Amino acid sequence: MAAIPQKTIHSYLRHNKKFPHVWCSGCSNGIVLGDIIRATSELGLDRDDIVMVSGIGCSSRMPVYVDFNTLHSVHGRAIAYATGIKMFRPELHVIVVTGDGDATAIGGNHFIHAARRNIDITVILINNNIYGMTGGQYSPTTPEESISTTTPYGNIDPNFDICELAMGAGASFVARTTAFHTNETQDFLKKAIQHKGFSLVEIASTCPVIFGRLNKKGSAPQMLKYLQENSITMKAAEKIPEEERDGKIIRGILRQRESLEYTQRYANLIANLTGKEAKDEK
Amino acid sequence: MPKTVKTNKEMKETIDKPEAEEKYVLMQGNEAAAFGALAAGVNFFAGYPITPSTEVAEILSRELPKRGHKFIQMEDEIASIGAVIGASLAGAKALTATSGPGFSLMQESIGFAKITETPCVVINVQRGGPSTGLPTRPSQGDIMQSRWGSHGDAPAIVLYPDSVKEIYELSIRAFNLSEKYRTCVVLLLDEVIAHLREAVKLPDVNRYRIINRIKPTVPPEWYKHYDENQKYLSPLASFGEGYRFHVTGLAHDQQGFPTNRPTEVDDMMNRLKKKITRNIRDLVQIESYMMDDAKVAVFAAGIVARSAKAAVNMARAEGLKVGLLRPLTIWPFPDDAVRKMLKNVETVIVPELNQGQFIHEIERLAKEKSDSAIIPMQRFDGEMIPPRRILSKIKEVF
Repeated sequence: MAAIPQKTIHSYLRHNKKFPHVWCSGCSNGIVLGDIIRATSELGLDRDDIVMVSGIGCSSRMPVYVDFNTLHSVHGRAIAYATGIKMFRPELHVIVVTGDGDATAIGGNHFIHAARRNIDITVILINNNIYGMTGGQYSPTTPEESISTTTPYGNIDPNFDICELAMGAGASFVARTTAFHTNETQDFLKKAIQHKGFSLVEIASTCPVIFGRLNKKGSAPQMLKYLQENSITMKAAEKIPEEERDGKIIRGILRQRESLEYTQRYANLIANLTGKEAKDEK
Repeated sequence: MPKTVKTNKEMKETIDKPEAEEKYVLMQGNEAAAFGALAAGVNFFAGYPITPSTEVAEILSRELPKRGHKFIQMEDEIASIGAVIGASLAGAKALTATSGPGFSLMQESIGFAKITETPCVVINVQRGGPSTGLPTRPSQGDIMQSRWGSHGDAPAIVLYPDSVKEIYELSIRAFNLSEKYRTCVVLLLDEVIAHLREAVKLPDVNRYRIINRIKPTVPPEWYKHYDENQKYLSPLASFGEGYRFHVTGLAHDQQGFPTNRPTEVDDMMNRLKKKITRNIRDLVQIESYMMDDAKVAVFAAGIVARSAKAAVNMARAEGLKVGLLRPLTIWPFPDDAVRKMLKNVETVIVPELNQGQFIHEIERLAKEKSDSAIIPMQRFDGEMIPPRRILSKIKEVF
């Protein structure tokens, strides 16, 4: 990847009144924001055509900092709001930034149904395994036995595998990476944004100030290093016995398949009814 | 000829037009709501099936794609109102239709539409509650929910028609007001009228005045998402037009960015309030029937007002001086008209299909300066209040 001068990031940020940001020092959200900016910039997308939608949570605070069309909606409903935008203006690139709690707990219903419809929304799910904004309660992806402020004796809830959930619901593009692997993240984001259909990029991230502290995971750099050491590519995973894969974060594009996109289906339906030709008919 | 006064500029505009162009059609209330929305220019609908509002979605699923517009059935009511607000921010005239349980689920995002000043229309066909209640029976149980349902202070605009024709007209007006005032407008229907079929005379669609949101004329770098004018109203850009604004449910400044500064929060809250309170004359519509010499007044809305009107006619035939005051806009509450009524009559009867909701507002105003007796008349068993019951109540108080 060609080195992008820092000016790029700077030119995409909002400078009137918006900084400093709300994120704790050591948080991975800023790294992901940088990845998103670099990915959209390298794709050459017009920022007027990008709508970034979020719900509530740490990662959902991202839209306000970046110079796109931005919508910070209500908890769990970002994908529902995004569906309305995409349905009405299919030519816009609709990107949802969400977290593990926002997308798979309170917003789980919208997540699976958007995947089922295969509507062309890119969901960037920053998974930090905790509710950070409310101070560290357990989420559907908090590892078993972990400590959170609402699991003082250790978490007994089994986890969601978010990518499996999306694939089970019918998502046509599913990828997983970590906040440490920024080049890979940018690559996956570019592919996800270009994909016609519902796309999910799950980014395993770190919350050193709450999750890390409660579970003695070390400093912010140590937690990022953990992501590096404890994740393997799909290719590498295939080569090792199944028991060794346990607990590892499997990175890669888990699914990428062509299937008719929802707003295109609707355009075809309108075209059939009105006798006009649908644009980009497949 | 009984004297009916409808005070509103818009209503006069349609009523004064020549009748020659009107034609009779047989129409159901929910159908009138859907076709009224189409006349107003609805181009996006998101909803979830619920009795007794489902016909609105069914009709629009058929009509919208034919016109090149969008319909989507979402996974629940929460998603429906979310999609409606998203589409509106992208420039749509967006609608959803629901009933009690769904209306409860939508409340959080209705508050979001209000704080972010995003136009949209919610049709709530009321049914008996609480909870699943009486899905196919009439109730006026959501009068207070339509005002106070969402958490926090958020003034409401709620319209309440009493006939199939008026559903059509107020459906148009709901869109007009939502576009003009940049807020969520609720069209509150009674199950009885929603499912009633009436022969209605409708003027040509083009004869209705249609209001669209004001678009910004400034270059993008000057655009403020909440740039209020002296009437507290502001132009609205859409996503994808180059303005790249921010929308948040957090308290925000005029630009739309989150703020905790007391002065900026105060400005925002005042704008939300004042755009309603400073435009009362434009918002409030009321029908005043036989009120000029009335000693007793009936205050009722929707289907109950139709019963009441029949009762007033019967009482007048017997020489009793009775009138009817019927709000077409229930929120903001028509304080001035009610004050005037309280000044002129000795007794006010308040029939409603609930355990007492409108009556609190009448009593609030009566406390100011009035010795009129306020008589409640409440029914909540899923049946209508027939005219003869209101008539006997009228006779009781004379």
